[in-house]
Amino acid sequence: MTGEMHRWRNAAVLVVGLCLLWQTAYWIVGDVALRSPWQTLRFTAKLVQTDLFREHVTNTLYAFAIALVIAIGLGLAIGFALGLHRLAAEAAEPMLVALYSIPKITLYPILLLAFGLGMSAKVAFGAIHGIIPVALFTLGAVRGIKPILVKTGRVLKLDSREMVRSILFPAAVPEIFTGVRVGFSLTLIGTVLGEMFAAQHGLGYLLMNAISLYNIDVIMSVTFLLVVFAAGVNAVLLAVDRRLHFR
Amino acid sequence: MRKVTLVQISIVAALVLVLELLCDTGVIDKITMPPPHRIVVDFAKLMVSGKLWPEIGKSMGNVLIAFVIAYVLGIAAGTTLHGYKAVRDTLDPLFATYYAIPVFAFYPLFIVMFGLGDGPQVLIGILLGVVAVIVTILNGLDRVPPVLRKTARIARLTPLATALRVTLPFCAPYLLGAAKLALAYAFIGVIGSEFIMAKNGMGYEIGYAYTNFDNATMYPLILLILLFSIVMNGLLTHWEKVLLERRGIQ
Repeated sequence: MTGEMHRWRNAAVLVVGLCLLWQTAYWIVGDVALRSPWQTLRFTAKLVQTDLFREHVTNTLYAFAIALVIAIGLGLAIGFALGLHRLAAEAAEPMLVALYSIPKITLYPILLLAFGLGMSAKVAFGAIHGIIPVALFTLGAVRGIKPILVKTGRVLKLDSREMVRSILFPAAVPEIFTGVRVGFSLTLIGTVLGEMFAAQHGLGYLLMNAISLYNIDVIMSVTFLLVVFAAGVNAVLLAVDRRLHFR
Repeated sequence: MRKVTLVQISIVAALVLVLELLCDTGVIDKITMPPPHRIVVDFAKLMVSGKLWPEIGKSMGNVLIAFVIAYVLGIAAGTTLHGYKAVRDTLDPLFATYYAIPVFAFYPLFIVMFGLGDGPQVLIGILLGVVAVIVTILNGLDRVPPVLRKTARIARLTPLATALRVTLPFCAPYLLGAAKLALAYAFIGVIGSEFIMAKNGMGYEIGYAYTNFDNATMYPLILLILLFSIVMNGLLTHWEKVLLERRGIQ
């Protein structure tokens, strides 16, 4: 349990440190471009209660949820399909890695042309960010499964669906979960980015709108909320991840 | 190995062929996407006309600056951090959550702080890349055998000399891996920021072409960015593999 305590203490020191850094930056830069942590918190508390803001948040969360389901579903399917086949895995892995490294933001206009302005383009953009990491981790996990497990399954004459369900999936879960964690973050980033470039709703739109209106309060609050949400969920997922790997 | 390459080439060829057929038969209409052969022709025309070379040069320059700063800064920070375990432990949760944070969300703030120019774009590229470099370097330094450090101590090398002549050379494959990440992130940061809001650059031109339905400019530019990042990634991966093989690690 000391490891757990250690982690809490480190996280606390880190949060305090970041707040100090923020406050110092505010003292240096001033009101022209920044707000202090306290001002941001107060404004955020007010902002959260407005109906308009709630509408934007719901919109973003809705798009994000669909994108995440698609990313995880397709990622798992691709990962399992390729991971079970040696040649396919060897051929596809470097290609997936190359796809992972391209700036996907440049593909956004193509998605807009294909899906039209609105929800579906946002969802598609979020999903393409998340699919590849989930697929890559799943592929790695399936390939890393001990051959003896697969052999046992074959001896038991399992068909391929039973094989995935009762042998491959349970054995690969820890690695897959890491992929889902990374995919979660990237899908969120993708969804918000999509909203920043072209949308009429959502937090990304709110951010862009705030820039053109030079509304620093809104910029700071929305940025703050996004960071807290992303970091918070990731911390929870990371804890689950550690537990799964420990097992 | 050759068989794998063959499979890869045929997958790409098949995809291009399917796209070509879909476009030619009108399943994908011309406003959405011109057929691949058309994109290649437009690409050649755009390169020959040279009208976008200044934009390309500007973006590539910024990518290079962001890459170099993130890389050098990351290596320096990673090497220093490796010596201070307490600091490293404290920063560990930050490293673990860092890539969950949408760094692009800070872009508006940077514009307000530094003005709409190259600065915020390069800064986003650096911020995205530097932590990946630090984490990779720390990971590499963890693998340095103690005997190498002992040898350095016996030779009375200063910490700087130890890093430059013993530990970092040992981490060469990790240095390459870090370079790959830093370059990819510099690209994403710079092009992405130009895309969201900028006055010029490749990302801006793509956005501009999109609003004007100028597919003859948009698709070739996207193709150029994709090709460039895939080729750079491939070269660095290959080099990394050669280094690892020479050391007998697969």
